[in-house]
Amino acid sequence: MSLVHEIDYGTPASQSDTPITLTIDGRSITVPEGTSIMRASMEAGIQIPKLCATDMVDAFGSCRLCLVEVEGRNGTPSSCTTPVAANMVVHTQTGRLKDIRRGVMELYISDHPLDCLTCAANGDCELQDMAGAVGLRDVRYGYDGDNHVRARNDGAINAQWIPKDESNPYFTYDPSKCIVCSRCVRACEEVQGTFALTIEGRGFESRVSPGAHEHFLDSECVSCGACVQACPTATLTEKSVIAIGQPEHSAVTTCAYCGVGCSFKAEMRGEELVRMVPWKDGQANRGHSCVKGRFAYGYATHKDRILNPMIRENISDPWREVSWEEAYSHVATEFRRIQYQYGRESIGGITSSRCTNEETFLVQKLIRAGFGNNNVDTCARVCHSPTGYGLGQAFGTSAGTQNFDSVEQTDVVIVIGANPTDGHPVFGSRLKKRLRQGAKLIVIDPRRIDLVRTPHVEAAYHLPLKPGTNVAVMTALAHVIVTEGLFDEKFIRERCDWSEFQDWAAFVSEEAHGPEATESFTGVPADLLRGAARLFATGGNGAIYYGLGVTEHSQGSTTVMAIANLAMATGNIGRPGVGVNPLRGQNNVQGSCDMGSFPHELPGYRHISDDATRETFEKLWGVSLNNEPGLRIPNMLDAAVEGTFKGIYIQGEDILQSDPDTKHVSAGLAAMECVVVHDLFLNETANYAHVFLPGSTFLEKDGTFTNAERRINRVRKVMSPKNGYADWEVTQKLAQAMGLNWNYAHPSQIMDEIAASTPSFALVSYDHLDKVGSVQWPCNEAHPEGSPIMHVGGFVRGKGKFIRTEYVATDERTGPRFPLLLTTGRILSQYNVGAQTRRTENVAWHAEDRLEIHPHDAEQRGIKDGDWIKLASRSGDTTLRSLITDRVSPGVVYTTFHHPDTQANVITTDFSDWATNCPEYKVTAVQVSPSNGPSEWQDDYNDLSRRSRRIAGKMEAAE
Amino acid sequence: MTMPITADDNTQRSRNIIRNLKHLEGPMLPILHALQAEFGHVPDEVKPVIADELNLSRAEVHGVITFYPDFRHHPGGRHVLKICRAEACQSMGSDDLADRVRQLLGIDFHQTTADGSVTLEPVYCLGLCACAPAAMLDGDVYGRVDEHCLSEIVGEIGL
Repeated sequence: MSLVHEIDYGTPASQSDTPITLTIDGRSITVPEGTSIMRASMEAGIQIPKLCATDMVDAFGSCRLCLVEVEGRNGTPSSCTTPVAANMVVHTQTGRLKDIRRGVMELYISDHPLDCLTCAANGDCELQDMAGAVGLRDVRYGYDGDNHVRARNDGAINAQWIPKDESNPYFTYDPSKCIVCSRCVRACEEVQGTFALTIEGRGFESRVSPGAHEHFLDSECVSCGACVQACPTATLTEKSVIAIGQPEHSAVTTCAYCGVGCSFKAEMRGEELVRMVPWKDGQANRGHSCVKGRFAYGYATHKDRILNPMIRENISDPWREVSWEEAYSHVATEFRRIQYQYGRESIGGITSSRCTNEETFLVQKLIRAGFGNNNVDTCARVCHSPTGYGLGQAFGTSAGTQNFDSVEQTDVVIVIGANPTDGHPVFGSRLKKRLRQGAKLIVIDPRRIDLVRTPHVEAAYHLPLKPGTNVAVMTALAHVIVTEGLFDEKFIRERCDWSEFQDWAAFVSEEAHGPEATESFTGVPADLLRGAARLFATGGNGAIYYGLGVTEHSQGSTTVMAIANLAMATGNIGRPGVGVNPLRGQNNVQGSCDMGSFPHELPGYRHISDDATRETFEKLWGVSLNNEPGLRIPNMLDAAVEGTFKGIYIQGEDILQSDPDTKHVSAGLAAMECVVVHDLFLNETANYAHVFLPGSTFLEKDGTFTNAERRINRVRKVMSPKNGYADWEVTQKLAQAMGLNWNYAHPSQIMDEIAASTPSFALVSYDHLDKVGSVQWPCNEAHPEGSPIMHVGGFVRGKGKFIRTEYVATDERTGPRFPLLLTTGRILSQYNVGAQTRRTENVAWHAEDRLEIHPHDAEQRGIKDGDWIKLASRSGDTTLRSLITDRVSPGVVYTTFHHPDTQANVITTDFSDWATNCPEYKVTAVQVSPSNGPSEWQDDYNDLSRRSRRIAGKMEAAE
Repeated sequence: MTMPITADDNTQRSRNIIRNLKHLEGPMLPILHALQAEFGHVPDEVKPVIADELNLSRAEVHGVITFYPDFRHHPGGRHVLKICRAEACQSMGSDDLADRVRQLLGIDFHQTTADGSVTLEPVYCLGLCACAPAAMLDGDVYGRVDEHCLSEIVGEIGL
């Protein structure tokens, strides 16, 4: 194995279709119009020396190293800023050019430390490479005089010298090594879109400055790593590279955080991960990353990881470490005993959206074929199950319609109930790039998310609705579009059922659904809403991006249908730049749904009652399958409390922390006789477990993840599992212990089984993925190349279906005791329940959950910024510290849910989506009052967690 | 009674100035000039205010301010004396002139006299090469600066 090498073409590719032919160093080459001479040369295999150019950002022309000579033109133009022209004759290496380049390099090196041997970038330094390329042999100017290199010049303090900034936990900034090429500044602006860096001063005083001459950690920097990636020297360097040294081999793999599914090169030295670098050929991220994927992988080697299987009889006992064999046979015996005693339906399992497709497939197979029931569910139940249902009803498939590249052709974007710059940062950056190019933005969110106004981006409309009124707002948008005749009649007549449209149009046109009528309870001013509707209907390609702010409501499925209606009515389906795009929360939540994790669906969203589908699997697996849907997670917990459900196998999900109504979840788990948790850490759910099976990280196994755009990406093993086995091996051993004859030698064989049984995956195989990088399902005979855009000629279900979307207010109401509405969300540096990110340096940015409250509400309650406050709902109460801000409207409070101490789900209620049981996390009536410490529940719970994490023979864990 | 000026007052005063000018095309430089005219310098605490009003990052504002030596970070003296150090003036003896001025005022470039009466700054070309060496006091330019002229300037300052 060696390092995956990526060619740097120096300037971005041209999108033109017009070919231009020119001659470079005697070679004839044809490139698209608008290509730079530099890029054209690189494509011909001729490397022109360069320092300030890199293909992630636009040409800048400052380093003066890439000069060339063009016949018939004066001077020596820089090849990065000079576009090709027909019949141009270019020389990249002449005596004159050699002299100029060497002279330029001399100047650079005269103000650069000569500590190459002990420099962290040794072996990966473009300055070093260029010194070699131009044949630099000596520096006539010497190294004395003004410089940025030494802290002291002959004993006197050197005012030009700036000490190293080590404030960021992941990388250092050493100004003494900076050549002021501006690549970091441009990457921050053009790629990430944060504009956190600038060049301060001018001339010899020019230095890179984070914020207004601040430390990196205090500046606007979001630590995405784009600047570190762009830096040609050791000025910006990963601390891991400084600590370990340069990597020697790498493999392309997929990030295990959010649903964007970024491709990374895992750069290794032996079995040690040196760094994760975004892969430019990754079709979801196009070479960009965020702080989580790029840097927050430290949890993989965190001391809290449990590496040996453990068993205990009672959850009050300390854990006892056992051998894998004992653990498997204990689980198998217990599950069989429970089934014998309480019936076949008394056990079940939960698949993980964090694990690979192959592992998820195996868990549902274990349950259906081994347990003999359909009691399988997944965490998508609590996030995007309404997406599956709503889009399935309207279009015929349960997935987003576009690829992420589609955003580059969008003209008007609606973002509703999503916060891309925090939750899906790499997509957020791609969206911001398009917005800076002139696309218009409509944000529908109770909270003023960053996208509403952030440097160089400003939403045309922000509709700050009351939590829980999504359906009314979406229907009101449709009301304006229909009553003002802005709908796309041609599209609807061709693609949709016209009579259903007419029925729906009559429904939305009713005055009760107009913006004036709904303003009183949605809180959205009618004129704003009308403006937004007109903009979306008439502004060109319209795309809708949404997140859990849409789905996690009692009317989640209805809102998804309303979104589908809006897209169809405006003709925004079936081509690049448009569509309905759910931003999936977890790396493989799309995949876990695809793999048949729901109690009523076999892989590929085929209903369990469908005889033909069942027959396929029965033949393949040699068992007979139950044709009745099994229990959903909330039903399993209800049944447990009733005493009919006694055993559960939970792979990679922390239901205690992530599912609603924590007290109900804990009661359900406590009522079971065998709770098996398969995870990296003793998570909160494990407090109630009888068996703990150590899990493996994404770095330790082969497999695939499917991201939010249906893209199947390879996950590659770069180190051996610290716990000994990849998760799929553990599931397989468990199945074998239960008497199933499974013999998969590699996850590719599991994928082959998926392909053989699931039509939308028919042509997917590891060989194919290795060849094309990644593919978007459906990938079969009809779509051998996969499907970047869905519903191109017509809808999967035939005719698009318009569905009436009546607004039914949630039963969760504010009243005198609970006058505020709580809604929840995520923050950039932390991920979901935080099991991983809390075990990384990311806590530097977000060490605790805070409650955002409007100054008006805070004033009324005598709450100051940073005060401890009690947050109470009808379900329970907790305490956390306040953050006073006008990001939220009066009457609305907001918090994140990354820290288990906060236990925000003690507060949330058990109301859920009418169609899919997706919990209503986004609306809870609460009261806020000053407090002076943790609530009784928090004290009791902390005590329980401490006791239940004891391991016999080991010191008590510190956490 | 005069109230001490607090940071909040500065913020509000800056915001008013910025709002009067932000409609201009390329409003940043006019705003910075107006702020310097108001405060005598561009205070650090107005950088986030400019960034917020123009929807830019703090870094961008900082980059622009530091690019132009004319925008000062601290209050200057009551007068500002600039001596041209560019090539034409150097060839006509501006180095000697600079030494003489430093000696007269007792301060170096970029410094302000202890009584706050004058700040001395270098400038690179006033466009008066034909009348070198040149200097500028508070916006008034002086050509062919000799000993006589210098004493006139110092008189203006009131040393």
